Amino acid sequence: MSDTIHIQPGSVAHEAAHDEHHHGHHEQSFITKYVFSQDHKTIGKQFLVTGIIWAVVGGLFSVLFRLQLGFPGQSFPILETFFGHWAKGGQIQPEFYYALITMHGTVLVFFVLTAGLSGTFANLLIPLQVGARDMASPFLNMLSYWFFFMASIVMISSLFISTGPAAGGWTVYPPLSALHDASEGSKLGMDLWIVAMALFVVSSLLGGLNYISTILNMRTKGMSMTRLPLTIWALFFTAVLGVLSFPVLLSGLILLLFDRNLGTSFYLSDIVVNGQTLPNEGGSAILFQHLFWFLGHPEVYIILLPAMGMVSEILSVNSRKPIFGYMAMLGSLFAICILAFLVWAHHMFVTGLNPFLGSVFVLLTLLIAVPSAIKVFNWLTTLWRGNIRLLPSTLFAIGFVSLFISGGLTGIFLGNSTIDIHLHDTMFVVAHFHIVMGVASMFGMFAGVYHWFPKMFGRYLNTTLGYIHFWVTLVGAYLIFWPMHYEGLAGMPRRYLDKSVWRSFSQFGDLDKMITVVSIIVFAVQLLFIFNFFYSIFKGRKVTSTNPWGANTLEWTTPVNPGHGNWVGEIPEVHRWAYDYGKDGREFIPQTEPIGANESKH
Amino acid sequence: MQTFFIVAILLLGFLITFQIAKASEYVAVLRGEEKAKKQTNRVNAFMLLCFLILGLIGVYYCNERLKGKILGEAASNHGVLIDRMLYITIGVTFFVFVITQVALFWFAYKYQQSDTRKAYYYPHNNKLEVIWTVIPAIALTVLVGFGIFYWFKITGTAPKGAMEVEVTGSQFKWEFRYPGNDKTFGKKYYKNITGDNPLGQVWDDPYGHDDIYVTGEPMHLVVNKPVRLIIGSKDVIHDVGLAEFRMKMDAVPGTPTTMWFTPTKTTADKIKETGKADFVYEISCDQMCGRGHTGMRGEIIVETQEEFDAWITKKSPKYIDALKAAAAQKADSTKPVTTVSVSGVK
Repeated sequence: MSDTIHIQPGSVAHEAAHDEHHHGHHEQSFITKYVFSQDHKTIGKQFLVTGIIWAVVGGLFSVLFRLQLGFPGQSFPILETFFGHWAKGGQIQPEFYYALITMHGTVLVFFVLTAGLSGTFANLLIPLQVGARDMASPFLNMLSYWFFFMASIVMISSLFISTGPAAGGWTVYPPLSALHDASEGSKLGMDLWIVAMALFVVSSLLGGLNYISTILNMRTKGMSMTRLPLTIWALFFTAVLGVLSFPVLLSGLILLLFDRNLGTSFYLSDIVVNGQTLPNEGGSAILFQHLFWFLGHPEVYIILLPAMGMVSEILSVNSRKPIFGYMAMLGSLFAICILAFLVWAHHMFVTGLNPFLGSVFVLLTLLIAVPSAIKVFNWLTTLWRGNIRLLPSTLFAIGFVSLFISGGLTGIFLGNSTIDIHLHDTMFVVAHFHIVMGVASMFGMFAGVYHWFPKMFGRYLNTTLGYIHFWVTLVGAYLIFWPMHYEGLAGMPRRYLDKSVWRSFSQFGDLDKMITVVSIIVFAVQLLFIFNFFYSIFKGRKVTSTNPWGANTLEWTTPVNPGHGNWVGEIPEVHRWAYDYGKDGREFIPQTEPIGANESKH
Repeated sequence: MQTFFIVAILLLGFLITFQIAKASEYVAVLRGEEKAKKQTNRVNAFMLLCFLILGLIGVYYCNERLKGKILGEAASNHGVLIDRMLYITIGVTFFVFVITQVALFWFAYKYQQSDTRKAYYYPHNNKLEVIWTVIPAIALTVLVGFGIFYWFKITGTAPKGAMEVEVTGSQFKWEFRYPGNDKTFGKKYYKNITGDNPLGQVWDDPYGHDDIYVTGEPMHLVVNKPVRLIIGSKDVIHDVGLAEFRMKMDAVPGTPTTMWFTPTKTTADKIKETGKADFVYEISCDQMCGRGHTGMRGEIIVETQEEFDAWITKKSPKYIDALKAAAAQKADSTKPVTTVSVSGVK
């Protein structure tokens, strides 16, 4: 509780400077404590809960369109009850189908795996693990959440307008997204999509700048950059990627907004739509793709890096072994971060891109496999000769590594332009990015939730439900996405809602049914997890020790339920890196413990 | 009613699972938490091992079930290269896949928590790290090398004497144009597009007078003769996807794109090869283009030169149609004709 903080002025210079930001003796009302809170932990929980709600929405959308894909032509009267003319006769209409896949992608990529994942864990972990009482600017941090909230409201509202939400795919390529006449989803829904994303970018920038400045400036005494846990490094690079690339998306979207409403021709040229000849000449539809993917590619690392960081931490803690090759892990994060900016055009090999330019992007893209390989081998070596506690968090971390390998390897297919000619925009791509970016990052997020839930709420999640959640989700993820690669190898394009008119792609009917059934089961199990989550907040078993996992990092030196300001009394000083597990016969040595006289060096 | 039952059953399932989960926690407390933890640890370690074994069997089974359903041999010269690159990559990645997945799950099983084991303090080993930086780097260099070599072959300039076909996508159909006897396309300008002039040809350009316009029927190509497609779009971005030839290129409004390949099997050959009497080469739109995207289908017939010649000579150029239409209009009324004489050259 905030009123229990005792501030000792002048104890540590930067700590004192920070303490001016909040008032330790101020009695907080419900509103300032839970709604407009400036406490990073509460903001983290707000991001998490909002992210969970979005995940249910986005996941439900995928179940709906999977029904169409698995059982094309079959009528589900309940759909008409809920969605009216969008599901006339109980069948999902094409406009509805495209709206569903568009919103599924947008919601999961941005609202769940960007805001929900890095918003939650950057907020929760950065101050706790670097040893700060709060973010550099708690106020901007609060604004970051509320901009995200506004973005959510605008995006949700687009679901309820008569022409429906955006329906041009989550990549919203113009001219489809720019021409009101080209599709129902390109009417008002598209404008709302752009506005929501603009608000989202603001939120992401406010958050990102805060994360960067907190990590750089507010580390406690002794916490040098190379003593930071890998979670913090991962979140740092994530924030850097976001800050440098989201503005480019925003600029691209603003030009799109102009093209849509003000008659400019940034992306439009030589168009006759619905029998109407448009005056626009000289624009380039490909320009948008460059701007979009300049964010879009770093975005997949914005999603993936926090998961990588948390998995590194959790694998190390639960193998009771240091993370293998800390500096190599750091170096590979850095390399991925740099390369993330230099590979965007691999999404555009078949747009008519100059083949020489294409070959450069092939080289840079496949280079990413090197740091990725380093990470995988280092995780494997971390497990090797450990003493592994297979908690739900560990299992999800292991699942992450497995999925990252599977999905990463198929990236070597797609990054190679020669193969990409055949596989581009097929179900192979869908299988690839869902495994490596979607499900893998979700696994990282679940691992993080199971691991840090005790810190967030002072209670444990039910472990049995955790194990059920893990096993069904892992098996389900592979059953859904592994065979999907074969559809792509057959050349089946993505975003087809009914393959019956095609001779080359209609041979996978049974497979599509199986995938649909499995995805419904997996979705149901996620609801079980969510139930476990909310139930355990109030009724879970209470945490009795401050350090239930025997971990070295600073968040476990705070009280079980830390108040605003995190530490009672002085912020602890750090004397070592975060990974002294199993050293000199001791199970773990917290970062706060001074180096002993006879301690061996590593 | 049925829906109600399904929901009820689901809810019941939820409740039961949750009660069991809750009970198992109490049981664990009663039996001694340490002991229960050790047991769940063993169970999960064993399940990880099972997952590995069943998973690898599943991978094999999946391949057996589905390998016959992916396309057969590529039907173009480039397709052969692309397939070869694909199989090289499958070979390399499958090897890595098996090794890493086996190591991952085996380690997780083998080094499960036990009272007799102490974790081995092993923070780094520079030699190992260099090894697994260099080996992937070499493997990737090989893949990049092959990839770029094939890529330049495929995207290089088309051989001389290649036939040319123009493909235009629009919501939600494909239109084709052949250059006619002069082997040169006439100019076109999008503002000329009308019902009578679907591609917006500029009639003042004599090169366009013999251009053959084809829609609503398959595109015809000649076997073993290189073809260069000139691809465009009238409205949104489409994509000419030719799965059997392993080729693909976007159709972008305002920015024409090209691709070339040599079909190596006639439609008749493929019918014989696949045993499917209704076999046809399909053009799929691979870039999301709106509500009719799923049905944006075209067909290609690959045939011998004689068959092709017989087909194309039956076609009359669009220019002739336009002249006839203009003449008919002239006969109908005394109004001056404007539709044919649009000169939209910029």
